[in-house]
Amino acid sequence: MTSHFLFQAVIYLLAAVVAVPVAKRFGLGSVLGYLIAGVVIGPSLFNLVGQVEDVQHFAEFGVVMMLFVVGLELRPSLLWRLRGPILGTGSAQVILTAAAASGVALISGQTWPVAVTIGLTLAMSSTAIVIQSLAERNVLNTRGGQACFSVLLFQDIAVIPILALLPWLARANGSQISQPTGHSHESALAHFPPWAQSLITLGAVVAVVIVAHYFLRYVFRYVAAAKLRELFTAVALLVVAGVAYMMQLVGLSAALGTFIAGVVLAESEYRHQLEADVEPFKGLLLGLFFIAVGAGLNLSLVLAQPGLIAALTIGLIGLKFVILLGIGSAFRLGWGSSFLFACALAQGGEFCFVLLGMAGQQGLVSSDTAGPLSAAIALSMALTPLMLILNDRVIQPRFAKLKAEREHDAVESHDHPVILAGFGRFGHIIGRLLENSGFGVTVLDNDPDQVELLGRFGMKAFYGDASRADLLASAGAAKAKLFVCAIDSEEKSLEVIDLVQQEFPHLRILARAVSRSHAYELIKRGVMDFRRDTLGSAVDLGADILRALGYRAHRALRTVQTFKCYEEESVRELAKHYGGDQSAYISIARQHIQNLESLLREDMKRQHLDNEDAWDTAGPKS
Amino acid sequence: MNRVLILFAHPALHRSRMNAAMMGAVQDLSGVTFHDLYEEYPDYHIEVDAEQKLLLEHEVIVWQHPFYWYSAPALMKEWQDVVLEHGFAYGDEGKALHGKKLLSALTTGGPEEAYQHDGQNRFTMRELLAPFDQTSHLCGMTYLEPFILHAVNRYTQPEIEAAAQRYRERILALM
Repeated sequence: MTSHFLFQAVIYLLAAVVAVPVAKRFGLGSVLGYLIAGVVIGPSLFNLVGQVEDVQHFAEFGVVMMLFVVGLELRPSLLWRLRGPILGTGSAQVILTAAAASGVALISGQTWPVAVTIGLTLAMSSTAIVIQSLAERNVLNTRGGQACFSVLLFQDIAVIPILALLPWLARANGSQISQPTGHSHESALAHFPPWAQSLITLGAVVAVVIVAHYFLRYVFRYVAAAKLRELFTAVALLVVAGVAYMMQLVGLSAALGTFIAGVVLAESEYRHQLEADVEPFKGLLLGLFFIAVGAGLNLSLVLAQPGLIAALTIGLIGLKFVILLGIGSAFRLGWGSSFLFACALAQGGEFCFVLLGMAGQQGLVSSDTAGPLSAAIALSMALTPLMLILNDRVIQPRFAKLKAEREHDAVESHDHPVILAGFGRFGHIIGRLLENSGFGVTVLDNDPDQVELLGRFGMKAFYGDASRADLLASAGAAKAKLFVCAIDSEEKSLEVIDLVQQEFPHLRILARAVSRSHAYELIKRGVMDFRRDTLGSAVDLGADILRALGYRAHRALRTVQTFKCYEEESVRELAKHYGGDQSAYISIARQHIQNLESLLREDMKRQHLDNEDAWDTAGPKS
Repeated sequence: MNRVLILFAHPALHRSRMNAAMMGAVQDLSGVTFHDLYEEYPDYHIEVDAEQKLLLEHEVIVWQHPFYWYSAPALMKEWQDVVLEHGFAYGDEGKALHGKKLLSALTTGGPEEAYQHDGQNRFTMRELLAPFDQTSHLCGMTYLEPFILHAVNRYTQPEIEAAAQRYRERILALM
């Protein structure tokens, strides 16, 4: 291991460790943090790292892993349901953007094959930045998020025919191929006739599906039986790397291949283990990838032609934004989702660099053209997190308000007024209570056994993940009044609540809080109707204990009721201090609890009528 | 022999000497059911059927409680509200309690002379007890001469025990 390698590792890791938490704290998201870190250590500023391209190629494996993880979270059934959006919004985005960008290129004097090349290139968006940013916001499963994902997936697939198209465009342009192509996307099957190539390619995909679906579970079981944690991680990485390699051999995108493998494995019982194992590698490599994109930003070029590059960047973003917004409304995403869709995808992507590189090799795009274009693409990628922040803070709140106002006029719904997410130990009590009280409840749970059980008792139940907008919509979220979240996982619960607030702002949310910190997160989201799931039963048992210690029943009950009131108040009060400095929080909390305790003692005396002087406790004065 | 149901309501028994002593004096009598409402229903969720069944099983009903704001503690009122149902205790079909006897057994903080027209409380005990009397009447029960202990905070311990004994004798006489 050379000291040069270690130096590089230290620089990259240090940049990430310093920049990302700062960016997160300022609410900018991790992607922007990585990008800024990249710019700082890159050749344009401090030049602490050498060849960025090598690192970038290596880090592209992070994108591959990301699609594997995305695939793992997508069941085939959901993917099948997304086929419409993928083909519809996806093709519309690529074709319209390519046409518009080509048009601009033609007007600015390029020949038509060059213009088409540039158009197709600029149609691409950044899968890495978009998915990472949307996942960080918990909006991947919203309608807007799913639309983004559909388009990105379509682009991923579209890259393959576009790459195949480039040599043909080059011939049409009469360009000279400047150098033999050595790019990773070049297929090892070049010497086969085209029909055999297609057949082998198709065979490879089918092989991935069959192996992943039928055989990998035996491999996983065998390896898991060895009870070596790192061995399972090795197998998980082997699957990703193996599929990626195979796809590259047959000329498919590695990311697409691993995505397919991920989708197939989404139904496997090893899904969570795989996800957990791949996740940290994915995160680090993706971070590295973003740093590399940041470092690759050629600031000197930007400074040399600031006007041109600014115009290109703004033009690129503006053009894509307008087209995306149009597609969003044409496909009836609703304005809120359309703006998310447009803000998220209005940039160039990593595929642009690949395509520009290929086009350069084919002699299609000169370096004079490619340089400013690359800079504009990189800048547009760097601006994406900012666009999304703008969307979060300025655009979406307007729609939320607009929607909320409109809902007041809504007609009385005769569908079930309550949607209940989670029908486990907590939720089923609520479900039965409401049902017995004569209220219609639509129950969502992702445990099929539980759902089946419910069905036998005649309750309308949906099997599935409440964090999916389409499932909520089909559960009647548009007409319901209340959304009850009784999910036991904090993370999932918040994800679902974020989704409901975003997609169905008219629903009043009542939630089960699993812990104090969960309660704080709920308060942060404005969900004040929550109950901590253990508080009620703990104080109930507490009352029984007080009775066993000699309290009268009524006094015991009063005691715990008073205590509970103070607990509830304390959580709401302390929530104001949560999330900042931990030690400050602890000292405030301690102070607060002390104050509460003395107040509580006073109040209890009063509740027990201990302050009253009217009782005969003391007896005669004499 | 009459069976006696004592419905007892005290929200702060841990502060009481007299009611505790009265309770001790009667609760072990055979033929007496001592029913401690605040202990049974601390959350005010009264089981109506069980309470009505108890009433049917007894010929004499006693409401024992401190005379709280010229009336009964809240849970006793709640008991009246939900147990003395139309069709059970009153109304054309409500004859379940007809012929039973009802006794109010009360303790007050104020002395007897305060419960006079020229006293601090401006009304006599019997006047203030009109709602209890009429409730009993509407349910077809005989409202007995109330058992009242005034100014209980002035009682010494021996006096309390003697008073509790008098209460026991009153109950025994009803059986």
